Amino acid sequence: MAKAEQEKTERQAWMGLLAKSSPARLAALMDTASDMPDFTWLRVPEAGGVMVRGRMGGTGAPFNLGEMTVTRCALRLASGEVGHAYVQGRDKAHAQRAALVDALMQTDRALDLRATVLDPLESEREAQIATRAAKAAATKVDFFTMVRGED
Amino acid sequence: MYVAVKGGERAIDNAHEWLAEERRGDPAVPELSVAQIREQMKLAVNRVMAEGSLYDPDLAALAIKQSRGDLIEAIFLIRAYRTTLPRIGHSEPVDTGAMICDRRVSATFKDAPGGQVLGPTFDYTHRLLDFKLAAEGETPRAQEVEAARKETPRITDFLNRDGLIQKETPSDETPPDMTRAPMEYPANRALRLQALTRGDEGFVLGMAYSTQRGYGRNHPFVGELRIGKVPVEMEIPELGFAVEIGEIDLTECETVNQFAGSKTEPPQFTRGYGLVFGQTERKAISMALVDRSLRWEELGEDNVGAPAQDEEFVLSHSDNIQATGFLEHIKLPHYVDFQSELELVRRMRAEAQASYKDAAE
Amino acid sequence: MQTEALTGGFANPPIDSAAGFRAALNAMARPGKIETVSGGSAPAPVSTAAAVLLLTLCDAETPLYLAPGVDGQAMRDWVAFHIGAPLVEAEQAQFALGDWEALAPIERFRIGTTEYPDRSATLIVEMPDLSNDGASLSGPGIETIAQLSLPEIEAFRANRALFPLGLDFYFCAGERLAALPRSTKVEAA
Repeated sequence: MAKAEQEKTERQAWMGLLAKSSPARLAALMDTASDMPDFTWLRVPEAGGVMVRGRMGGTGAPFNLGEMTVTRCALRLASGEVGHAYVQGRDKAHAQRAALVDALMQTDRALDLRATVLDPLESEREAQIATRAAKAAATKVDFFTMVRGED
Repeated sequence: MYVAVKGGERAIDNAHEWLAEERRGDPAVPELSVAQIREQMKLAVNRVMAEGSLYDPDLAALAIKQSRGDLIEAIFLIRAYRTTLPRIGHSEPVDTGAMICDRRVSATFKDAPGGQVLGPTFDYTHRLLDFKLAAEGETPRAQEVEAARKETPRITDFLNRDGLIQKETPSDETPPDMTRAPMEYPANRALRLQALTRGDEGFVLGMAYSTQRGYGRNHPFVGELRIGKVPVEMEIPELGFAVEIGEIDLTECETVNQFAGSKTEPPQFTRGYGLVFGQTERKAISMALVDRSLRWEELGEDNVGAPAQDEEFVLSHSDNIQATGFLEHIKLPHYVDFQSELELVRRMRAEAQASYKDAAE
Repeated sequence: MQTEALTGGFANPPIDSAAGFRAALNAMARPGKIETVSGGSAPAPVSTAAAVLLLTLCDAETPLYLAPGVDGQAMRDWVAFHIGAPLVEAEQAQFALGDWEALAPIERFRIGTTEYPDRSATLIVEMPDLSNDGASLSGPGIETIAQLSLPEIEAFRANRALFPLGLDFYFCAGERLAALPRSTKVEAA
């Protein structure tokens, strides 16, 4: 059970990373990875809308905020593994690549893909977040006391 | 008499061709790319996404290009496109507490944990035209400071801890969706928030401003304003668990209002809430004020007859696509309608003149 | 989820669902007219016609009721993957699937309200066979009279009496389907 739970968490992590990745970047990284296997479609890539919800006051009851574009697909490798993708935006080739990575991560090529595709995506993303956070930190206000009244 | 006419096809085609040429402007000036609009007209893109009710920066930028910068026309294009998308599902409610903030300020607590982070703001600029921008030049680089990755807890949580603020009760209730079912009044708060977040920025601003000026007295503080990225998570039925399907920029505003208590509630602070796609802070603050104003009934306040307290008035006039559709249709041919009115007026005049003549004789 | 549940969707959704919708629309506009469809398949015993109707008409926002006989883990998984429709009790359903006996009593389905007669259920009825004989149909969309092998008469007469409220029906057998809207008058031949 703990193993299943861990596998789920790992899969959530890579699917989330792929969903948020830039289509151009994922394409470039996959070009460097070794050959992509043949597959059959279970669901051809389809662009659609997902209604994003928020909560009242940030923590209360849900409400509908508006939609975002998402492209999804599902495919099966000849060896039987099924890959799913739900990625932001309308890029069908991007969804196909994400689903391929998802399927291959369940095969013995997982370590290879981790090193050539997922790790670079992850570290680039971390770097982007850190740069933005550093810029935000530079705009943090330091208050200093001018006068303190005594009476 | 009734005369049906058709025609104008050639005129319409030519008008559209000329429109395309005018859109391009002087060919000696380089053409704008969609990516340029997306990156350099970002706040316009944000507004189109928020009011178009579809988060997709590339599409919003394309719509702005196509509409020659007419944002309401661009919003119209996005709304029309949105209706062609199959609805894949809905997300889990986003957790704005976990936002990676570009900006986070509080007007109520100077020393809030996480600090006052100004972010890329127009505030404190002198609103003087910067002629340097008229010349193409180097991209200025922002300062960077080592950032400790720390939580930025919600300001309202502090007040909540002391029981000084009205509580938001979490629930997993399915909210109504105004894009799926026709509006019915009275609406509930979930529906009002959906209408406000996609409502016209100018209209929501005007309504909010009216509450500040005394039409439904409403004196809020911005408890917190935060702008940044949040992941969007969705439950995937075929997998049986939720995954992140993307990441969006949001602006969240929580206002804190003093509240003397009512027949049903003790004296405490109450809240108004604004949450909008993109960096859209004027809209988010306005939304929070109008949200608070519309909550008079649930909080047991008096309805003083202010426009911003009138849910039906606010919600049925906040949508700029509905408004512009109805307003602009009156410029389209109404020859037959007008013909009948013309005849009516002529007849009434003739009758009036006849009776006047009779009376004079 | 078994891979059986992941197959059977439209190969080319925009084209296939447009063709499915045209067939569904024609059938509903010409009560009794039998249309033939293809392109979708759901776990047995669900017919091709019913699978095409579900893929065409249902989505994540159309609560669906699966009657005993078609309900089962394989079908639930198929619905989750291809349609995403929430599975609900008969009383909350916008669409329902099953054979005639399993769907009974049909009085439990939503018939709409006077403000919104469209907030009613559409029943997709699995039939052993479908042919243009049996009950006589007349009304909107029928020039003189049409015939369809309905499973009974009385229930449809009662449904007609509710107009503008009431239920709408599709009848499916293999790749063939026909429809009976609430506006059609049904009599024994």
